[in-house]
Amino acid sequence: MIDFVGQKRWFFLVSWILIIIGLAAIIISQIQLGTPLRLGPDFAGGTSMTLQFSPAVEQSQLREEMSRLGYDEATIQNAGEGNFIIHTQEITSDEATELKDELATALNAQVELTDYYLASATVGAATTRSALIAVIVAAIAMLFYIVWAFRRMPKPLRWGSCAVIALIHNVFIIVGVFSFLGWLAGVEIDALFITGLLTVVGYSVNNIVVVFDRIRENVSRHVRSDFAETVNDSLIDTLARCLNTALTTLFVLLALFLFGGATIHYFVLVLLLGVIIGTYSSVCIAGQLLVVWEKGNWSALLPWAKKAV
Amino acid sequence: MIFILVLFGFALWSVVPLDRNTLGREGLRLGLDLAGGSYLVYQADLSETESGNRDDIMEGVKGVVERRINALGVTEPVVEIQKHEGQYNIVIQLPGIADIEKAKEMVGLFTVLEFREQDASGNWTPATGTVNNETLALSSRYFKENTSIATDQFGKPLLVFEWDQAGAQLSEQITTRLLGKQLAIFLGDEPLRGEEGHIIAPVVQAVITDKGQIEGLSLADATELKDLLNAGRIDVPLGRWVDEEFDPSVPLYERTVDATLGADSIRKSITAAGIGIVLLLIFMLVYYRLPGLVACLSLGVYGVVLLAIFKLVPITLTLPGLAGFIVSLGMAVDANVLIFERTKEELRGGRTLAAAVEAGFNRAWTAIRDSNITTFIACIVLFWLGGTLGAFMVRGFALILFIGVALSMFTAITVTRTFLRLIIGSQVVTKPAAYGVASVQTARNTK
Repeated sequence: MIDFVGQKRWFFLVSWILIIIGLAAIIISQIQLGTPLRLGPDFAGGTSMTLQFSPAVEQSQLREEMSRLGYDEATIQNAGEGNFIIHTQEITSDEATELKDELATALNAQVELTDYYLASATVGAATTRSALIAVIVAAIAMLFYIVWAFRRMPKPLRWGSCAVIALIHNVFIIVGVFSFLGWLAGVEIDALFITGLLTVVGYSVNNIVVVFDRIRENVSRHVRSDFAETVNDSLIDTLARCLNTALTTLFVLLALFLFGGATIHYFVLVLLLGVIIGTYSSVCIAGQLLVVWEKGNWSALLPWAKKAV
Repeated sequence: MIFILVLFGFALWSVVPLDRNTLGREGLRLGLDLAGGSYLVYQADLSETESGNRDDIMEGVKGVVERRINALGVTEPVVEIQKHEGQYNIVIQLPGIADIEKAKEMVGLFTVLEFREQDASGNWTPATGTVNNETLALSSRYFKENTSIATDQFGKPLLVFEWDQAGAQLSEQITTRLLGKQLAIFLGDEPLRGEEGHIIAPVVQAVITDKGQIEGLSLADATELKDLLNAGRIDVPLGRWVDEEFDPSVPLYERTVDATLGADSIRKSITAAGIGIVLLLIFMLVYYRLPGLVACLSLGVYGVVLLAIFKLVPITLTLPGLAGFIVSLGMAVDANVLIFERTKEELRGGRTLAAAVEAGFNRAWTAIRDSNITTFIACIVLFWLGGTLGAFMVRGFALILFIGVALSMFTAITVTRTFLRLIIGSQVVTKPAAYGVASVQTARNTK
């Protein structure tokens, strides 16, 4: 039998490492780019366009031509089959068409502008604020919901808090990963990133509730006297379900990630990471937090601190 | 069981035309990122209006924009007003319109209606008059706000209107000159047309000074004209705010997607869905055996019913929405997994098959209910967020995920349960091995 609760220090350590890496990425990105996450047109304003080249051209060639035409700042994502997704500062559809024609001449290829998207910079601030509010509101709503769902248990607020801490942990790690990707690979976040993040919020808590539901049931059946053992039993009881559901969801997500096309590539990546981290946190973090709180053994949260016997 | 068969049959029947005319207008309704088309969001400059009746004014503006779009010959355009923090946005979706410059030209102009007369060669030119030594064109600006519909003694609709001071002077000059001739009403360069397609150009029958009426309109035409005239009193420029300055005719958001890219997205999504689902089904069959098969059948029902809902409501499918649908297939299995795991435990606990299945369903229910509510909460927040963003895809995703999760709960507790009961009741398969438990004894020993 696996002792999930007993190993909690290791799990917390892993989480701390992920959080610190994420934080480092955010700080580096903030210093180098002036923003914690590389913002796409939805947040910063600007134009996104998909250009289809036939025959296909090399990304480096395209980058060179773009620089020559004065678009040094543009980010270019190769979407395969001669398609490129280009993000630039705001340019009108007329200018985009012009750019397309210039690229066609310079690269000696047929170019189609298949997707043109412009978001005004003026909406960026409002969008960022809305996105932040949405994530915070969702987290608070989850807290209230769990407090309500576990109202018959002693200290329902504790259950809700543990779930929300695990949830924030998940969101933070994903933000960290994207901060990292933004810094290294120029990946930008858009409205779909926030959509994915909120879906992850729902999914994470979904998993945690399944585990908590089992703890609730096992506590009321008084199988074990020790809370830590009850939690461990519950984790093992729900382990197969958590892994299987994660697997079935991962199958479809992985297929979408690999074959679903470039438009939703990073959106699916958010969901993919969310399912993995969400499953990890429900099995390895949320229940353990409950135990730490129950026992008042706060030093366990800081695995590098001296082990309190 | 009969209920499920009927439901499934009905859903299948409503979805089937989709095969023939795949995803066309007869099939599912596709968003413009899949079908191709344009999407525009403008802010309205209402600085010239009083704050009290802005809702009405925006309704009028919407009417004006809809008219222009209809003149473009767009099929199923969508025009919506979004009110957000005291700011009015107008959201325009034009499926199938790839020439956005033309679309913007049609949309982004003014809302004032203009009166025109025919010159000697039959062309419509603005009807002008002179007020205070200034040459002015007669337009809907000069109406008072009380344009209304009355009926004459024969019960025919009459459009009754009043001019303001300048309007009365212009009208007197123009109607004196045009007595017995036609006066047409133009929106931009397009004449207004009645519901039968004829140009609305009433013949001037008397000199009109401050009050007048238009006869011979159908009730629908009269009502629409009334709304347009009331909205057209004030010019409501569409564009966007940059800091405190209004930048006319540049949209807040603009998106144009080529139909071939949309078709490509659909093709890729279907490939991905196919691969994902096959993996999923194999996994369920290998891991859960017989109940896995039941889950697959249940998933089949789920997929078909969900598609039928999309089609019948109808819900516009966007690319993220399509992804949401595919993801929901993976998540829909969750309720089944919860139930089967519980059933296995009960079997290991030594219960009979029938009792284990029943207990599995009953005990799993609280977890299914409580856990899915969190996804609902996330979807509701997303739906709100989607309304504040220009990105139209967010709402589609939220809606589809919400419906998907709700339906998955339903199919798990009805469809899966019915199938399982039927199989157990018929006593065809009674070996625990078929349910993924080696045997009661060994299962106990390993624990």
